[in-house]
Amino acid sequence: MGDHHPTGIKRWLYTTNHKDIGSMYLWFSFIMFLIGGAMAMVIRAELYQPGLQFVDPNFFNQMTTMHGLIMVFGAVMPSMVGLANWLIPMMIGAPDMALPRMNNWSFWILPFAFTLLLSSLFMEGGAPNFGWTFYAPLSTTYGPPSTDFFILGVHMMGISSIMGAINVIVTVFNMRAPGMTLMKMPLFVWTWLITAFLLIMVMPVLAGVVTMMLTDRHFGTSFFDAAGGGDPVMFQHIFWFFGHPEVYIMILPAFGVVSEIIPAFSRKKLFGYSSMVYATASIALLSFIVWAHHMFTTGMPVAGELFFMIATMLIAVPTGVKVFNWVATMWQGSLTFETPMLFSIAFVILFTIGGFSGVMLAMAPVDFQYHDTYFVVAHFHYVLFPGAIFGTTAAVYYWLPKWTGKMYNETSGKIHFWLSMVFVNLTFFPMHFSGLAGMPRRIPDYNMMFADFNMWASIGAFGLGLTQIYFLVTIIVAIRSGKPAEQKQWDGASGLEWDALPSPAPYHTFDTPPKVN
Amino acid sequence: MVIRRKLIAVMTSLLSVMLSGVVQAAAEMNMRPGVTETSQAAFDLHMMVIWVMVVISVIVFGAMIYSFIFHRKSKHPTPATFSHSTKVELVWTIIPILILIYLTIPAVKLLIEMEDTSESEMSVQITGSQWKWHYKYIDHDIEFYSNLSTPREQFENYEGSGAANNPNYLLEVDNELVIPVDTKVRFLVTAADVIHSWWVPDLAVKKDAIPGFINETWTKVLTPGIYRGQCTELCGKDHGFMPVVVRVLSKPDFAIWVADKDAEKVVAEKAAAEAAAQSWSLDKLMALGKTTYDAKCSVCHQVTGLGLPPTFPALKDSPIALGAIDAHIEIVVDGKQGTSMAGYGSQLTDAELAAVITYERNAWDNNTGDLVQPADIQAFKAGNK
Amino acid sequence: MTEQMPQASNKKLIIRLVAIIGGMFLFAFALVPLYNVFCDITGINGKTRGQALYQDEKIDKKRVITIEFLTNINRGMPWEFKSMVKSMKVHPGELNEVRFYAKNRSKFDIIGQTVPSVAPGQAALYLNKTECFCFDQQPLAAGEEAEMPMKFYIDADIPDDIHRLTLSYQLFNITEAAKAGSVATK
Repeated sequence: MGDHHPTGIKRWLYTTNHKDIGSMYLWFSFIMFLIGGAMAMVIRAELYQPGLQFVDPNFFNQMTTMHGLIMVFGAVMPSMVGLANWLIPMMIGAPDMALPRMNNWSFWILPFAFTLLLSSLFMEGGAPNFGWTFYAPLSTTYGPPSTDFFILGVHMMGISSIMGAINVIVTVFNMRAPGMTLMKMPLFVWTWLITAFLLIMVMPVLAGVVTMMLTDRHFGTSFFDAAGGGDPVMFQHIFWFFGHPEVYIMILPAFGVVSEIIPAFSRKKLFGYSSMVYATASIALLSFIVWAHHMFTTGMPVAGELFFMIATMLIAVPTGVKVFNWVATMWQGSLTFETPMLFSIAFVILFTIGGFSGVMLAMAPVDFQYHDTYFVVAHFHYVLFPGAIFGTTAAVYYWLPKWTGKMYNETSGKIHFWLSMVFVNLTFFPMHFSGLAGMPRRIPDYNMMFADFNMWASIGAFGLGLTQIYFLVTIIVAIRSGKPAEQKQWDGASGLEWDALPSPAPYHTFDTPPKVN
Repeated sequence: MVIRRKLIAVMTSLLSVMLSGVVQAAAEMNMRPGVTETSQAAFDLHMMVIWVMVVISVIVFGAMIYSFIFHRKSKHPTPATFSHSTKVELVWTIIPILILIYLTIPAVKLLIEMEDTSESEMSVQITGSQWKWHYKYIDHDIEFYSNLSTPREQFENYEGSGAANNPNYLLEVDNELVIPVDTKVRFLVTAADVIHSWWVPDLAVKKDAIPGFINETWTKVLTPGIYRGQCTELCGKDHGFMPVVVRVLSKPDFAIWVADKDAEKVVAEKAAAEAAAQSWSLDKLMALGKTTYDAKCSVCHQVTGLGLPPTFPALKDSPIALGAIDAHIEIVVDGKQGTSMAGYGSQLTDAELAAVITYERNAWDNNTGDLVQPADIQAFKAGNK
Repeated sequence: MTEQMPQASNKKLIIRLVAIIGGMFLFAFALVPLYNVFCDITGINGKTRGQALYQDEKIDKKRVITIEFLTNINRGMPWEFKSMVKSMKVHPGELNEVRFYAKNRSKFDIIGQTVPSVAPGQAALYLNKTECFCFDQQPLAAGEEAEMPMKFYIDADIPDDIHRLTLSYQLFNITEAAKAGSVATK
């Protein structure tokens, strides 16, 4: 198998190799994670105490907006694409992704898109300050000049995601090794396949809505302006039609990761493989008909509120099925608790807690008390941080030996885990309470009754931020001087990447397709 | 034996104290039941869901913890080999559906109640704008703006802790919305620029204020008192600084309040006319102008007059402050469409308007030497060519 | 690197996927008329319909519906604008008229546009305006004032559980947009 590859900067600029591109996505997403995290530190520093201490309210709004945009589009989504690039070809016995050159473009658009977005911080009028959800008319009529660059950045990043999704679908449909039927694929490949379909369905809708924003701002249309016959609420409908499937796009691959790791460390096959596939598909389908649960206070008629409430509560069913299947996988298994397993277990528990607050939010009459408060912030940070991000972290620890041929230090991994566990809960659990106490979202200052909760959340956030540096050091030390890894580093692991490839996996793998029984 | 009993008694009382402490803390950490039937029903539903979630957590996380202990490799070296069971999958699909149905039924009932605005006894039109609320009593001729009244120095000191001294920090206004107790009050909510949202947690009322559209909601408060809430839709810079305060009075007190408000209007009109008749000196105008400017304009244009361009232009050396007086009056009185500059014609008295414009034309070395009199404002408002 | 499957089946799949993507992009724009049609049929966003005709309407003398009139003014619109009656009690099917007063207090000629909105939203379906200043742009010269009539009738088949309608007009300054010739009116 080939190991020969070009060197220097040209290697990275021109590479069409899924392993190189996967690594670039992962490093890019981590850099974005640190930048978005720095913004979170600014937010939590300001919110540490009542009063305005560090930033003025307009800059605070820029921080919350950019933090959201960067984390969603720059950290979580590209990290998932990085995992897809590294793992999908190896898991299905393919030599690379189906469209390697498009793969290169998909990645390289991103640094440009995010340089553009980040440069808006230095433009006159500052960066976008209307929330990552950019509701009209705050973002159209009243947005700063940088809004147009924001729109361009979103288009670029959307094209990248769409091209990545096409690549995943074509690869999975057309490049599986002989004998690898769809129902024999690792669940991670299934969850990414379904995610890719979600992406091609809804990213174009996002492109549509930002285009409508652009024409409203500069080309005389009135999609979202009542003066011209438009409707600001229509913006919300179109945005959330994209926005809700988007959050499932962010979590489904993490479901896949956890479905690979838990069986490995339970030394037992994943319980209910086909149920897991159907549950994932159900979640994806249902995600298209629940969008207006973000809009219960907009003045929707009761019939609409009832429909969206019931449809949203329904999503709890397939999601619950998945959680039960993971528990059943562990049940009567033979468990060990290396770092990937620790992050995966924390995922199951804490994502479930996020799911509980989700069910509460779904109930429209009580949602009136939770909507646009810190209760919502708590909910989505639970499903995103101990959800999506712990999932990616678990994946990095699990597959690092395969990618680099080096093992990370298990003690460091465990320290990283426990620091994360403590600080993530310290940061986000109090937000449930500040929300219930009545604290709205997106405010830079607040009354004394919210002070204690905010203080704890800020302390947790500072700790969580420092913990990421610890993570970075752990990984860098591993890559540079970690112990050599085994081919099958984890005795309970299964799949082509563990059974048929050495560690590290060579630059070119499966030039000849493997036999799959 | 006696010692044992004593010990049990001590432990029980200790536990009760601790438990009540937990319950007390829990009460402070929980949503409030509020002062309306709907807020209390929402609270009950909220608690019901929480208990259901607690039970599910205990079962699911309990099973996981059991596995961690008894199925760890050292204790359970041989893993089982089962990996599917259609029966089990059916069970844990159907039971959650039943639980969800159990939760949905009261939710549907409450939602229909909360959206039923029929048979209200009075109506108030609520208009949100950047960054204040406007209330108009449709059945009486009473309307006013409601601004945050916490002084800006208390929070813009960039040193923190102004809040510590003020229990209603950021939750107090100059003019509260006053409504009578035990009366179904209907709210008609809209906005004059971007989307805002009107929320009072104790009433469990939250409705978005959308420019160009009218939304309806209602409340019926059971207990007199003061209830505070905030804007809950990001609306720009001062989104966190436009609170909602509702004062609920007994019905007789409310009638008195209405009468007082009507009388106030007459007095204010008379005072404005008197002020307009006078000719104010520069010193007098600058003094009133500074206090008005600091209270109402410095939010965006800054105390230094330097603003936050381009959204909030500088007034120091600005073409408007140095140029034609009429244009300056117009933009202060009527605002500028498509920008954050609202019209202050109905929010300030003619004397305040004259003073603040004079101030802007002379402060920060602008030094135009222009004086704008209350009479000039009156003339402008009366319509002139 | 060797290809495992013939490129032909890649191409077909890619074309299908790109078609879906193109379709979804167009769908985003299609959502606009879809939304408007849906709201037109159900009235749920409170937007009223265009001009109606009054002919042979049966008047239901047994029912009385209260219709309230609210006005509000958008940012940067220096007009006075109010309805001349706060509310009316009408029979379904009966043609009524209400007048609104507007005055351009500023020193500039301004074009205004009023946008109606009805609460409850579903009631919008049953409100028929035969004549309304909201159908057109309203130019008023500096200092000019006007009395603007609105003629309407409420459908006789308005659901039994609706006893009151609130019609709110928001007045916008569209001078700039009208100059650019780009503002649609409904």
